[in-house]
Amino acid sequence: MTGALLEVDGLTKRFGGFLALDRVTLHVKAGERLGLIGPNGSGKTTLINCVSGALSTDGGRILFEGRAITTLPAHQRTRRGIVRSFQIPKPFTSMTVRENLDIPLEYAAHARSHGAPAAADEAMDILRAIGLEAKAHLRPAGLTQIEMRKLELARAMAARPKLLISDEAMAGLSSAEVDDILAILFRLNEQGITIIMIEHIMRAVMRFSERVVVLDAGHRIAEGTPEEIVRNPAVEKAYLGE
Amino acid sequence: MKTGWALLVGVAVVGGGILLVNLGVNPYAYFAGYVVLQYVVIATAWNILGGYAGYVNFGTPAFFALGAYTAIFLIEAFQAPLPVLILAGGLTSALLGLGIGYLTLRLKGVFFSIATFALSVVLQTLIINWEYVGGAKGFTLIRPSAPFFANWGMLLFTVMVALAVVAVLAARFIERSWIGRGLAALRDNEEAAECMGVPTLRLKLFATTVSGFFLGVAGAPFPYYVTYVEPSSAFNLDYAVNALAMPMIGGTTTWVGPVIGAVLLGTAQQVATVTISSELNLLIVGVVLVLFVVLAPEGITGLARRLMGR
Repeated sequence: MTGALLEVDGLTKRFGGFLALDRVTLHVKAGERLGLIGPNGSGKTTLINCVSGALSTDGGRILFEGRAITTLPAHQRTRRGIVRSFQIPKPFTSMTVRENLDIPLEYAAHARSHGAPAAADEAMDILRAIGLEAKAHLRPAGLTQIEMRKLELARAMAARPKLLISDEAMAGLSSAEVDDILAILFRLNEQGITIIMIEHIMRAVMRFSERVVVLDAGHRIAEGTPEEIVRNPAVEKAYLGE
Repeated sequence: MKTGWALLVGVAVVGGGILLVNLGVNPYAYFAGYVVLQYVVIATAWNILGGYAGYVNFGTPAFFALGAYTAIFLIEAFQAPLPVLILAGGLTSALLGLGIGYLTLRLKGVFFSIATFALSVVLQTLIINWEYVGGAKGFTLIRPSAPFFANWGMLLFTVMVALAVVAVLAARFIERSWIGRGLAALRDNEEAAECMGVPTLRLKLFATTVSGFFLGVAGAPFPYYVTYVEPSSAFNLDYAVNALAMPMIGGTTTWVGPVIGAVLLGTAQQVATVTISSELNLLIVGVVLVLFVVLAPEGITGLARRLMGR
């Protein structure tokens, strides 16, 4: 397939005797909003761990912008534009909210110009866009749950992603807060950032995604528009059983 | 404070040290001062890995003794002069540091600490069985008359002042550079740091190597200082405890912390050794450390910051 930003071909991952991913293929077009769903333990997080470089793979290959990245360490994938946010927020606790953004700004967005004047305005611009500028000088410990999620997204933004992988950014949030995060993700997508959303909140995934891929027990069992997925009997079986 | 100023202050400290030597103070003051300064180097070096990167090294004796025994080997083999010993001792320990850097690929947290502790035990066993550097019975050094100075105490004191200044300046430079910011990120959360573009492995290898280098540097003049080195003194557990306790008490996130901790604890130990008992000094460390861990986990610098309302 040409024009794909991310191509995952026949990706296999084993943990000892357990086959977590079995020849999974996934293509994502530039500018697309892709939803990745599946029951617990279906391999969603394993898949994005392999794509982001946190885990090595046992087979298959991963291309980003047409170039193989299968064996690249995670930080180099980030520099090329694959950035993920974490399911459980992992802020840099000894730093202020703003300093949290300075790390990806310095190490990913401007990786080639270490020691260049600190990009203070850039960090504040991102915080303003995401609604955290009033908290810029606080430590993450002083943030609420939703602010923590926003920090996670803001920090990912500071790495200047081409592809943003959002791993359950909305789990545990209230309905209004989910809308808040969704609005941010829609805005990022309008700016040209391709987004893969992993989510259990169906209302959010179905509203957000142009295309949905379903994983079950390490296999890709379905793919289609949100409407097609909702009507797909295989998906229903995976979630609810026979 | 700009780097230029820091260098100036460093030069001033070295100059002050040399001046102090010529004031004709009680020779014991140099003897004790050497130990305190040696701990400034050790605590600063330990903190580059333990404080900045958050990898707690229990194997300080291994690095310190490797520096000392590299020096002994070079004295035995080539009668090498002191500057060569210091450089070689540093480089050998730096190599060992690089080695434990690769351990961090698999070992994190307490498991890393246990591995470094084991390293110290293994290395000590090897040295005990190596006859050439004295083996278990130890190595006796007969010092020639001291060059440039009236005696070795003054010379070694001056050398240690200079080494302490270099180590502290290096730590300060690292802390404020992009390397220091990257190390702080990986200390807070290694996985997140890597995902934000921080080359965590490379930074960890840098930290273990530089930390190892300065620990070796601290150990290299040791044979000249004590003139009799045996494995149990070079691999003394005191180094492991002090290297950890001093930065913890001073504060681990800045270069000032280990200096404060080393000067306070080091001086207290020296005073206690003379006035009370030589066995009591570790007890002091233990009690003070427990107090700090409970009451001021961010050390003296953290306490000061809190009191100043930051």
